[in-house]
Amino acid sequence: MNIAARENFDKVVKLAIRSTGLIVIVLLGGIFFMLLYNAFAFFLKVSPMDFITGTQWTPSGKLASYGILPLLVSTTLVTIGAMVLAIPLGIGTAAFISEYAGKRLKNILKPAIEMLAAVPSVAIGFLGIVIVGPFLAHLIGQPNGLNALNGAILLSVMALPTIITVTEDALRGVPNSYKEASYGVGANKWQTLIKVTIPAAAPGILAAVMLGIGRTIGETMTVLMATGNAQAFPHGFLGSVRTITATIAIETGEVPYQTTHYFALFAIATVLFIMTLAVNIVGEYFVNRFRKYHSA
Amino acid sequence: MTNDLIKLSAQSVNLWFGSKHVLKNINIEFQQNKVTALIGPSGCGKSTLLRSFNRMHDLLPDVRIEGKLMLEQQDIYEKNTSVTQLRRRVGMVFQKANPFPKSIYENINYGLKINDVPKEERDGIVEKALRESYIWEEVKDELQKPATRLSGGQQQRLCIARTVALRPEVILMDEPCSALDPLSTLKIEELIIKLKKDYTIIIVTHNMQQAQRVADKTVFMYLGEVIEMGNTDDIFNNPKNELTGNYVKGRFG
Ligand SMILES: Nc1ncnc2c1ncn2[C@@H]1O[C@H](COP(=O)(O)OP(=O)(O)O)[C@@H](O)[C@H]1O
Ligand SMILES: [Mg+2]
Repeated sequence: MNIAARENFDKVVKLAIRSTGLIVIVLLGGIFFMLLYNAFAFFLKVSPMDFITGTQWTPSGKLASYGILPLLVSTTLVTIGAMVLAIPLGIGTAAFISEYAGKRLKNILKPAIEMLAAVPSVAIGFLGIVIVGPFLAHLIGQPNGLNALNGAILLSVMALPTIITVTEDALRGVPNSYKEASYGVGANKWQTLIKVTIPAAAPGILAAVMLGIGRTIGETMTVLMATGNAQAFPHGFLGSVRTITATIAIETGEVPYQTTHYFALFAIATVLFIMTLAVNIVGEYFVNRFRKYHSA
Repeated sequence: MTNDLIKLSAQSVNLWFGSKHVLKNINIEFQQNKVTALIGPSGCGKSTLLRSFNRMHDLLPDVRIEGKLMLEQQDIYEKNTSVTQLRRRVGMVFQKANPFPKSIYENINYGLKINDVPKEERDGIVEKALRESYIWEEVKDELQKPATRLSGGQQQRLCIARTVALRPEVILMDEPCSALDPLSTLKIEELIIKLKKDYTIIIVTHNMQQAQRVADKTVFMYLGEVIEMGNTDDIFNNPKNELTGNYVKGRFG
C-alpha cells in the first residue's frame, strides 16, 4: 500500500469507529425519546395525578384504571427484600474473601461467584417455582409460595455476584497502612475489619449496593415466574405481587396498538427507566469518588 | 543513675521471606530509656528487624522466623503471648504517617476503645497524648476535623500521639521523618528526646545527622547482619569495622 492509500484506510477506520460510538448514543437517545413520546401520549388521556396516586392497575374493560402504585410498591417490596438479604450476605462474603480466605479457597470462590452471575435468569426463576416456592409454601402453610418473598430471595441471589465483586475490590483497595495502624494499637482482625477497613471502603461498598439495586429493579424473567403476578394491591412479603417489569412483559403481547393501555405501558416503562438511571448515576458517582479517594 | 536494664533483645534471630534469607543471625540488645538508631543501606533489613519486635510479620503468609525475641522476660513469639497485648506494650510509628480517615480525636480514641479504656478517662488521655506529642496547641480547637487534612508533620506527630496514648513501654519508629520537611523533622526529633525518659525508643533512620542528634546507641546493619553496635559517638567517630566507617562517612548507601 502506498502512503495515500494507507492514510485513506486510516480515515475510513476512524470513521467506522466513530460511527459505532455514535450509533450507541443515537440508540440510547432514541429509546429515551420513544419512551417519553409515548408516555406523553398517555398523559394526554390520563392525568399524571391519577397515574401516580391510583391504587388500581386494571387496564382493560370500560372502567379501566391506570394507577402505578400497586406496581411501584411491588417492585419496591421485592427490591428491598432482595437487598435486605443480599447486602449483609454480600459484604460478609466479600470480607471473608479479601481478609480471611486463604489463597486456595480464594481461587475457588472467586470464579464460583462469577459463574453465579452467568446463570440465566430463567433458570433462577425455574428454581423459584420448583424449589424455593414450594419450600416457602410449606413453611407458611399456603397453597403456593409464589410471592414477594420468593422473588426477593431469587433476586438477592442474582444481585450477590455484583455486590460481592465490587465490595471485594473496595476492601482490597483500602491502603494496608490503615490496617497496620490498627493492628499497631492492639486491634485484632475483626476489630480492624469492622472499625477501619469497612468504613474506609464505604464509598465503594455503597457503589456495590447501588449496582445491586439497579440489577434488581430491572430484572424481569425471574419475578415474572416467581411472584404470582396478582393484580391486587400488594399485601406484604407473603402475598403475590406484580412488578413493573412483569406487568410490561405480560401485557405488551396482547395490547392493541396505540390504545390508552398501550401508551400506559410506555409510561410505566419510563418510570422504571428513570428509577434504574437514578440508581446507576448514584452508584457511578460513588465509584468515582472511591477511585479519587484512593488515588489521592 | 544509669539504668542498664535490657528492655528488648534478639538472640540468634533468622528470618526468611519465602526462600529469601533477610535477617541473618541477629544478636542485639536494647536498653531501657535509651534511644537506639538502626542505620544501614536500603534493603539491609532494618524495617524487617523492627517489625519482628511487634510481630507485624504475622500478617504476611510466607514468613519464617527462628531464634528468640524477648521483651524483658517475655518471649515475644511464645505460643501464649497475646499479640494484641504485645502490640500495646510495643507501639509503632510508621514511615509514612498513617492516620485513620477519621477525626483527629477519633484517631487517638480508637486505640483507647480497642484497649477498653473506660469512657470517662478517654478525653483526658487524648489531651495528654496530644500535649506530649507537641501538637495540642495546633489542633485543640479542631479535634473533630479529619486527620487527613493536617500537614504531613502534624500527621506524624498525631501518629506518635496515638502510640503514646496507650502508654507503651517501647516505641518503634521506622524512618518517621523521611517524608517530612526539615522543620517538622526537628520538631519530631525534639519530641523523641523528650519521650526517652518514659520510653525505650528504636528508630530506623537514613539520616546520619539525625542519628547523631537523637540516639544514645547506634546499630549498623548490612545485608541482613548486625555489623556493629555501640554508643552513637563511637560508631560515628571511632568505628571498629571498616564497613561501618565507610557507611557513616557516606561512602556508600
Ligand atoms: N513482605 C516482604 N516480602 C518479601 N521480601 C521482603 C518483604 N519485605 C521486605 N522484603 C525484602 O527484605 C529485605 C529487607 O527489607 P527491609 O527490611 O524493608 O529493608 P530496609 O528497611 O533496611 O530498607 C529487602 O531485600 C526487601 O526486598
Ligand atoms: Mg525500611
